[in-house]
Amino acid sequence: MSNTKDKTKNSFGAKVLHGNLLYTLISIAVGFLVGAILLQAAGISAGEAYGKLITGVFGKPKFIVWAIVYASPIILTGLSVAFSFQTGVFNIGAEGQYVVGTLAACIVGVFLKVPAIIHVPLCLIAAAVAGGIWSMIVAVLKVKRGINEVLSFIMFNWIAYYLSNYVVNIPAVHKEGGGEATKDILESAMMLVKSESLQDVLGSGASYNIFVAVIAAIVIAFILNRTTLGYKLKAVGFNRHAAEYGGINSNREIMTAMSISGALAGMGGACQLMGMGMRISQFSSQEGFGFQGITVALIGSTNPIGCIFAGLFYGAMKYGGTKLSLVNAPAEIVNIIMGTIVFFIAIAHVFKRLLLDHAGKKKAKSEGGTK
Amino acid sequence: MGRESHVDLSRTVIAMHDIVKKFGDFVANDGINLTVHKGEVHAILGENGAGKSTLMNVLYGLYHPTSGYIEVNGNKVSIDSPEKAIELGIGMVHQHFMLVQPFTVTENIILGMEPVKGLTVDLKSAREQVIELSGRYGLQVDPDAKIEDISVGMQQRVEILKVLYRGADILILDEPTASLTPQEIGELIEIIGHLTRDGKSVILITHKLKEIKASADYCTIIRQGKYIQTVNVAEVNEDQLAAMMVGRDVTFKVDKKEQEPGEDALVVKNLHGKDYRNVEILKGLDITVRKGEIVGLAGVDGNGQTELVEIITGLRKGTEGSVMIHGKEVFGKTPREIFEAGITSIPADRQKHGLVLQFSVADNLILQNFGEEEFSSHGILKRDAIQKKATELIEKFDIRPRGSEGKPAGQLSGGNQQKVIIAREITNDSELLIAVNPTRGLDVGAIEYVHKYLVEQRNKGKAVLLVSFELDEIMSLSDEIKVIFDGKIVGSVPGRDANENELGLMMAGGGAHE
Repeated sequence: MSNTKDKTKNSFGAKVLHGNLLYTLISIAVGFLVGAILLQAAGISAGEAYGKLITGVFGKPKFIVWAIVYASPIILTGLSVAFSFQTGVFNIGAEGQYVVGTLAACIVGVFLKVPAIIHVPLCLIAAAVAGGIWSMIVAVLKVKRGINEVLSFIMFNWIAYYLSNYVVNIPAVHKEGGGEATKDILESAMMLVKSESLQDVLGSGASYNIFVAVIAAIVIAFILNRTTLGYKLKAVGFNRHAAEYGGINSNREIMTAMSISGALAGMGGACQLMGMGMRISQFSSQEGFGFQGITVALIGSTNPIGCIFAGLFYGAMKYGGTKLSLVNAPAEIVNIIMGTIVFFIAIAHVFKRLLLDHAGKKKAKSEGGTK
Repeated sequence: MGRESHVDLSRTVIAMHDIVKKFGDFVANDGINLTVHKGEVHAILGENGAGKSTLMNVLYGLYHPTSGYIEVNGNKVSIDSPEKAIELGIGMVHQHFMLVQPFTVTENIILGMEPVKGLTVDLKSAREQVIELSGRYGLQVDPDAKIEDISVGMQQRVEILKVLYRGADILILDEPTASLTPQEIGELIEIIGHLTRDGKSVILITHKLKEIKASADYCTIIRQGKYIQTVNVAEVNEDQLAAMMVGRDVTFKVDKKEQEPGEDALVVKNLHGKDYRNVEILKGLDITVRKGEIVGLAGVDGNGQTELVEIITGLRKGTEGSVMIHGKEVFGKTPREIFEAGITSIPADRQKHGLVLQFSVADNLILQNFGEEEFSSHGILKRDAIQKKATELIEKFDIRPRGSEGKPAGQLSGGNQQKVIIAREITNDSELLIAVNPTRGLDVGAIEYVHKYLVEQRNKGKAVLLVSFELDEIMSLSDEIKVIFDGKIVGSVPGRDANENELGLMMAGGGAHE
């Protein structure tokens, strides 16, 4: 074996071993394995269930489109949480920001009568502002009063929940006739593919909300890596003391970071409303888009671009899961798989250690052998 | 101060033969030999990155040598894990302590090998054993104190006890004095004496020549991974040791040209301030630094030095007083405003204030300057310019390894982290520089560099305030030495007239005079 060949192999191997992707993939594999064991234990064929999951997502173009439509809001909430991790806070309040974002987009979407070209951006902006303010209140409490953001975020999730249920039941907003929901947003505020020829291929549910999510991810990646704003936010997130020493006003940057994180979650709400829901129903429990964002952020290694793929994966699982009842498998198996994946990602450093040790030993042996 | 040697040359406890350790293409240890006898203190001397720690990790079973072999007590052994090392009587005290903060001293010492009585941990007999060990070696550790309540020096003794409790006869101490005060260093050297008197052997990893002279019998010098030689410490002086370590002659003396100080750069008047516990620690301090002079602030740690610098630089709010920088009042201003008034500083705690460890070296080098036109425009960072600057500074300041622009700063060795900070602060080039323990953890070559630089700044007519726990450093560099005690300046001596005893007395709070 030539020496140079050996070297390139080593450096590539080392990169894979030190990066996050390998461990994420291992965790996903373990997640499916655990899901399979549980399915078998419950007397359901795992092969059949997973088969359905796959055909349910990839069977037809319109299935794939649906999976992507499902993915868009959770890419955004995932982005929201990932951004908060990168800037040193834990946005467990994405759920609440998502809800107020949905509310704001709904109000603007129902009552404002403007052309689609203005209406859609206005709804998105309204949602971003609402989510941003919702999160900024928590940031102000943290900075000015020293209140731990995790506590206030969780409380704000519930405030948003009941606020939404209250607004849904205001007569002016409430749907006429039956149904515990708001009026539908106007057609001009819907992010649906309107061309009929495209609808024939993609299905009637085709939405372009995925573009909002992808653009947001690219913008966030750019902000974090290439701007002075991102530099400041990350410096404060990693080491507040050094940031202050460097002349960065850490309190201000924490508020900025939390507001941006909230705005992203709020936009996630708008994407769900304008691309899928078209109205807000009365909640009987928290819908969990914000919490799913935590999963997406972790699977995506808190990397904005990683969140796109993680969100698509989660979206596909969610959508595929709805079809599991066809083979008498519970849709909850998806939650078990996702939970297991997150658990194993959380302890990924254990695998990493094991694999690196193993690689090290093997190398020491082979080097010893050539001596 | 004479020291007693307890070496028993007839009993070799450790013999490492021709140890080679490679990491990929990088050779960290290239044929190193080491022989340690019973009762011996053996120093391993080398610059940062010379391969000292690698060698000790091989001995402690953390790394496997690529070639070469080890004998312990005359038997050839293969040490493939720390457990095996402990079994063979080898114990290691790491530079960064591994203690459970809320646990007591006893609980920490027995952690992992608790004596059991029935189903419960027999804390009582463990405690007695800790007291016995502590007494035998003069460690004076309170077995019931919680780790979070005791000083760094005490924590280190707990680590030493941990190793002794596990029955070690050979103790490896990795940079044991890096975080200790001069007093604690003296006490540690005494403890090492107690250990060797009892027949233990101590391997000391260090680059502090003075401590080697004060405590070691033999010294093995390593340079760039290669074995240079082993010397009898009694037969060499510090200059010779330094030359062997660096590979060239090193001068500790710096040329200071005679010059009259100019106008006031920093004037602190009647400064009051509180420490982190909200206790008043600065009690009306006055200090003035003029352009073209180095003012050294000497004192025992904890007398208000840290708070003084933090208040001057805006990281902490003072309660009362005045701080003028170049004639401008900055008391109570933000760090940014103070930085812009014309001050740079080398902070005391490099990992807390100096660096964002997760950031790349390049990003750390622009911590105050990222907003300047050179590195960004309209809020967009100029990555190419930042990279170029980093390459330039890495070269100029000999930051190792080369090509670490994109590496997280946390992956560099302590000495190289310090170089990153110094490179950044020097480049900022202001009229007033505050340096707090600027050479802490640096090796001789780097220390020489920093000292030269500080004097150069002074010669260029800039004002320098040097705060240091190393009295030697203060005495060799300062034009004027101020002594801080209990939050006030208690004495002031011109640099050339200073003597260690007089300063030591003032630092302890006696013999105050102006």
